[in-house]
Amino acid sequence: MTEATITESSSVADPHDAGDVGEERSLASDAWRSMRKNPMFWISATMIAVFVLMAVWPSLFTKTDPTFAVLAESRAKPGDGTWFGRDIQGYDIYARCIYGARASILVGLFTTTGTVLLGGTIGVISGYLGGWVDALLSRIGDVFFAIPLLLGAIIFLVSLPDFFNDNYLLIVLKVVFALVILGWPSLARLMRSSVIQVKPNDYVQAARALGASPWRVIRSHILPNALAPMIVVATINLGAYIAVEATLSFLGIGLQPPAISWGIDISSAIVGLRTTPHMLFFPSLFLSLAVLAFIMLGDVVRDALDPKNR
Amino acid sequence: MPEVVLSAQNLVKHYPIRRGVLRRTVGHVKAVDGVSFDLHKGETLGIVGESGCGKSTLGRLLMRLEEPTSGSVVFEGQDWSGASPKDTRRLRRDIQIVFQDPYTSLNPRMTVGDIVGEPFEIHADVVPKGGRRKRVQELLDLVGLNPEHINRYPHQFSGGQRQRIGIARGIALNPKVLVCDEPVSALDVSVQAQVVNLMEKLQDELGLAYVFIAHDLSVVRHISDRVGVMYLGRMAELGEEDEVYARPTHPYTQALLSAVPVPDPTLRGKRDQIVLVGDVPSPANPPSGCRFHTRCWKAQDVCSQQEPQLELRDDGHGAHLSACHFAEPRVIVETTDVSGLQPDTRFTTTEVGDVPDSGAGLGAAGGGEELGSSQADSTAERAEAMDPPARRPDDLSALTEDPQDRPR
Repeated sequence: MTEATITESSSVADPHDAGDVGEERSLASDAWRSMRKNPMFWISATMIAVFVLMAVWPSLFTKTDPTFAVLAESRAKPGDGTWFGRDIQGYDIYARCIYGARASILVGLFTTTGTVLLGGTIGVISGYLGGWVDALLSRIGDVFFAIPLLLGAIIFLVSLPDFFNDNYLLIVLKVVFALVILGWPSLARLMRSSVIQVKPNDYVQAARALGASPWRVIRSHILPNALAPMIVVATINLGAYIAVEATLSFLGIGLQPPAISWGIDISSAIVGLRTTPHMLFFPSLFLSLAVLAFIMLGDVVRDALDPKNR
Repeated sequence: MPEVVLSAQNLVKHYPIRRGVLRRTVGHVKAVDGVSFDLHKGETLGIVGESGCGKSTLGRLLMRLEEPTSGSVVFEGQDWSGASPKDTRRLRRDIQIVFQDPYTSLNPRMTVGDIVGEPFEIHADVVPKGGRRKRVQELLDLVGLNPEHINRYPHQFSGGQRQRIGIARGIALNPKVLVCDEPVSALDVSVQAQVVNLMEKLQDELGLAYVFIAHDLSVVRHISDRVGVMYLGRMAELGEEDEVYARPTHPYTQALLSAVPVPDPTLRGKRDQIVLVGDVPSPANPPSGCRFHTRCWKAQDVCSQQEPQLELRDDGHGAHLSACHFAEPRVIVETTDVSGLQPDTRFTTTEVGDVPDSGAGLGAAGGGEELGSSQADSTAERAEAMDPPARRPDDLSALTEDPQDRPR
């Protein structure tokens, strides 16, 4: 194979890369460039934007008060004056789906961010430093990992002082706090193993030989190459955390009525599973769409950060 | 003799072996065990030896990627072992490394511009910020790559091109010493020739001194001024390229050289090939006295009791450093010295257009017809020098894997 054919084949492989000489490029700018061309990115970004808008400004989507119960029309089917029907309390399901986005999105996003930051940092530290630091951090992680999620969350939430029940944000943060405390070890383990995998590579050694500081080595060599598995797992976990929030609400801890969340609605709809399944269907649909949007975005970001996939 | 730039003084690297729950240290792997040499300005010191003899560890010690257990690395009279972090950073500008595997030595998520430009980011005062991109393009040009490919990623290049990127990164800070840890072992033969020629060109232009670590004796002979032979963490023999290759006095060097495949079928079976018996002893428990005595045909009682020092020993013409009690020269049919010949310009660039002599790799018979006789000779000789690794990439396996030619 000659130089000419190599040049040709590689320029065929990525036609958008034709401007070789152009302005300076970096991984971030190239990733953004490739994401912009990906329809999946725009679909997922639009969905997430809609859900975030729902969470920030629910009255934009509905004029109905989600806490206005019409008991006489309890379990009304969709179309009987409402879009999605009414639930067992006579609440408008559409309005509750819109208003429920706030709690679910907040719990999902905050918990994911929290576990990624805490677990990722601890994973990078223990993977990069190794030795006794690694042993200590890994054993601490094992301790938290050994506690069953639901049992741990119940104990944690019940034992928190009443101060946390004061306002809406604190209640959400309480749940987030419990899930982060119990959820970080899996991400820390994942990150630790990918850092250990990346660290002995020659390009890391080369950076050290150039006199790069540990921070630079981690930031520009280890993190970009170790991040992919965590992005995938974190976005999948986001859905799981929204579901766990629903479970906790169902068990009577976590978010409590009159707070509105998809989780609460899903668990209260179980009673009508066979007779009026629409009560379960609509909040579940919203939950699934939100989770799908985040998973899709995670996939797109992971692909964009890998130059070989372009 | 020019001044000494880099000097290794009795370098030792022992890795602890830990066992059990308490991770008690039960022994040490003696990867490098007392190696000393001087590297002069602008010269190439080849380090050869079989797998596991400590060559790469030595390179990493020289680069301070590993802390030596004892001994020191002295750069231009300054001891690098006790240097402060600030001095170490400064010294790193003067000693750089090129790695063996071009597929793992470049960060797959950085553009070539970022990879070659990273030295300037770390040592920000070398090139002002505005001029860095231009400097990177100059470097790419210098190593024979298209400067317009600055925005490409490593996976868009071939192995040889990637190794050039690695070399460009290594020379970016204008180092005085470049440690090359098997820089051509992962490349195929024609590309090896390109890269070796490039390194010679850079040495002439930039006055670099190379520590060239390799297991390929032909390549080492081609590029080196002096050669050191390592066995089990020790230097067995060290001397000028001629002295080591033409008049080896250490039995291990002789065995090593006799195992180099000679691309001449008429010599088959006629060569005096020394086949060593047994395996390399474990570096965790090296033999007493001379490390080679367990496999040496000359070994006597003194070898297992008294350790031979690396000192000047007679080699017939003069004397060079050798660590054998019974050092004596022995003529081995070995690789051809092509260092006196005109460098072959056909492979110095990656732009392979129409090479009129497409059969050059086949030796005189394949490519000699169209050439004048002197040129044909040089082609053949060069082909001999470059061919062996293609046929048997691991020369040293011949030491133990050739039952047919046992000496009688």
